[in-house]
Amino acid sequence: MSEIDMRSLWKAIEGYIPLGRSGLLPALHAAQGLYGWISEPVAEEIARALKVPLADVHGVIEFYSLFYNRPAGRRVVHVCVDPACALCGSERLVDDLCAQYGVTPGQVSADGEITIERSPCLGLCEHAPAVWTTGGDRWWIGAPGSERTFPPSVVYGSVRWLTVHCGNGTADLARYGPYRGLEKAYQMTPQAVIAEVKASGLMGRGGAAFPTGVKWEGAARAEGWPKYVVCNTDESEPGTFKDRVLLLDDPHGVIEGMCIAAYAIGASRGYFYVRGEYPYLVPILEKALAEARAAGYLGNGFDVEIRLGAGAYICGEETALFESIEGKRGFPRVKPPFPTTHGLFGKPTVINNVETLRNVPIILERGAAAYRSLGTEKSPGTKLFCLSGDVGRPGLYEAPFGITLRELLEMAGGVDGKLQAVLLGGAAGAFATADHLDVRLTFEDLRAAGLPLGSGVVMVFNDQRDLRRALLRLAEFFAHESCGKCYPCQMGTQRQVEILKRLVNGRWRPKDRQRLQDVGWTMTDASLCGLGQTAASAVLSAMALWPEWFE
Amino acid sequence: MTIQLMMDGREVIAENGQTLLDVTQRYGIVIPTICFHPATTPNALCRICVVEVEGQRLLQPACIVRAAANMKVQTRSERVMRARRTILEMLAATVDLSEAPDILAMIDEYQADPQRFPEAHPRYVPIKDDNPMYVRDYSKCVLCWRCVQVCAEDAQYTYAINFSGRGYETQIGTFFDQPIPETTCVFCGQCVGVCPTGALKPKREALLEQGLMPEQIVRLNTGRRRRT
Ligand SMILES: Cc1cc2nc3c(=O)[nH]c(=O)nc-3n(C[C@H](O)[C@H](O)[C@H](O)COP(=O)(O)O)c2cc1C
Ligand code: SF4
Ligand code: SF4
Ligand code: FES
Repeated sequence: MSEIDMRSLWKAIEGYIPLGRSGLLPALHAAQGLYGWISEPVAEEIARALKVPLADVHGVIEFYSLFYNRPAGRRVVHVCVDPACALCGSERLVDDLCAQYGVTPGQVSADGEITIERSPCLGLCEHAPAVWTTGGDRWWIGAPGSERTFPPSVVYGSVRWLTVHCGNGTADLARYGPYRGLEKAYQMTPQAVIAEVKASGLMGRGGAAFPTGVKWEGAARAEGWPKYVVCNTDESEPGTFKDRVLLLDDPHGVIEGMCIAAYAIGASRGYFYVRGEYPYLVPILEKALAEARAAGYLGNGFDVEIRLGAGAYICGEETALFESIEGKRGFPRVKPPFPTTHGLFGKPTVINNVETLRNVPIILERGAAAYRSLGTEKSPGTKLFCLSGDVGRPGLYEAPFGITLRELLEMAGGVDGKLQAVLLGGAAGAFATADHLDVRLTFEDLRAAGLPLGSGVVMVFNDQRDLRRALLRLAEFFAHESCGKCYPCQMGTQRQVEILKRLVNGRWRPKDRQRLQDVGWTMTDASLCGLGQTAASAVLSAMALWPEWFE
Repeated sequence: MTIQLMMDGREVIAENGQTLLDVTQRYGIVIPTICFHPATTPNALCRICVVEVEGQRLLQPACIVRAAANMKVQTRSERVMRARRTILEMLAATVDLSEAPDILAMIDEYQADPQRFPEAHPRYVPIKDDNPMYVRDYSKCVLCWRCVQVCAEDAQYTYAINFSGRGYETQIGTFFDQPIPETTCVFCGQCVGVCPTGALKPKREALLEQGLMPEQIVRLNTGRRRRT
């Protein structure tokens, strides 16, 4: 590494040095933006600058798929091969691109120009087959040659509460208007704000459906300073793209929600943790945060920073996300203690999903009673659904809770072909069939039907599709994304892939059914975090629905 | 203060703050453990110690879950046995357990079948013999994390080793795979001391096993330490 090179490295990472270890991911991103990959001397320099042990820096680079510690092509083409894109021929696309550039997946072309990679879900499912190309600190939606730097939004709905500003480009502060919900909150006590959110019945939209007001109350009561509000923008559940659309088109709706949460719990700092595959959100959020500062909503006692992940589904799990912001490998922590008392940097923290936070200004502005005018008693308000696969108009749909699956599919132009199954809730979800078409999409009805709502994924498969292949792909997703910390998931996700490969290749063994079930139940019962606990969910649901495939 | 709870249908007494594992030890109830070690911060990652607690949807790791008044715990329910057996079977298909006697004994006790997973891809890694103090044979590593922990905040603060890879491909590793003498390792030997599987072994023992004589070992070891 020459002197000159080092000088540009120092210039790129200088700003992160005061952050110490927490500056590690930003510094690694900056270095990779400069050189295209992170070499040993560069990693050593970063370790020295941030005072992080060398072995730990290496451990972090190794954990995140989007950090390269050996040379990658000047352009890296990420082709999504998860189910929604696989239905649209993404494997063929990988082959075609590889043939075009004379490489195999993962290999750097002879001229150093290109690498083609199979990628987990890119959150572009309504644009399947999705491709995202990176090069240093730049990126494009589509294969090399594409000029597009962010994806278009496709938004529909029978009601537009959360998506009122979506579908017409980014709404700036002038279009969004004053933060009326926040102004209303300031006229109330923090306790009254929490009471209002509790009265609204708002449930978290990140997958676990935890009551938001109860979470806030826990953090408000917790001892410790400072307190944090984190917006979970890691959206990586295969089939999910709602948070991307909300933030691209309407960042102020979410920032206002964070400001209200901060006021309610007494937080002084906030973070957006954005998945590495959504870099296009960063400039949009930066601009919106600057507008909010200029308008005085931020910067007087509460402000928000952005952190970019680097390719790890597990960093959507709340405690793994904290570890990642702290500059570590994204290993989930054992709970308890919970984030409300011991969250980011060990301090009381509220972490909410993007969609959850987008509901908050609406609740404050209209009042909990008006908010409850839509939806059901136990699932008030509206929900965002991500439709993909064999459906007429894939895209983002807003509808009141209580809409049936049939009505939702009709709104989306109906099934392309004859319905075989719908994957609800994403990779961590379960299959519904034609028998479930009249189930009302609410937390309570779905729970009664044994189905998850998860992050709102509705992925449609017609009767021409081989669902066994889709199962294998889901299993491969979990094996790729398991953090490796706990035994059931670290080894179970691998065993699940091995067994399902036999199913797909017609080499099923007599005792594979029992093996697959034991692995599935062990992961579900004994894993440390939600990833392992749901890694067999789709497989076990398929085994219950179509036992004949597994004989 | 003491608490009363039920364990396998019998009443037991616990001190406030004790884990379920602590409690069992006083009553002669045996719960298997792999990752747990009294000298390291518990991470509850092997999950072999899981038990069933009434009212909890999922199995609970006994090594960290604290006893609470009136808890009803089953240490050998069917679900518990299935989880323990399957974890052991998956481990046997992944790692060379030939020098992990405690785990081998568990495999016997739980009637786990080490051949349960045909065509399983084991985690094979060539032996790393790069320093005069210890040999690293990570095909035997069960990823209990103890070595990384004692090398860092749990004891030594040397930070010579950490992880590489992720998921099933996780491995214990050094900065860009540098040989141990190039790292910050101070050869305190603590990692070797806590390793439960023979993945880390004193060099002398490894050489004796290969049939070398003690005097040959002395000769081999001189002059090879190259820390700068
Ligand atoms: C493997 C895994 C991935 C997750 N990914 C996300 C995610 O991308 N976005 C999200 O909001 N929540 C995700 N969650 C859920 C979070 O842990 C957490 O429950 C959520 O952010 C809380 O927000 P909410 O209460 O508003 O739903 C994930 C959980 C697990 C176990
Ligand atoms: S369940 Fe999977 S992702 Fe979660 S801690 Fe265990 S190995 Fe890691
Ligand atoms: S080398 Fe030994 S101590 Fe270290 S993780 Fe592996 S088995 Fe545990
Ligand atoms: S001994 Fe409890 S999880 Fe390993």
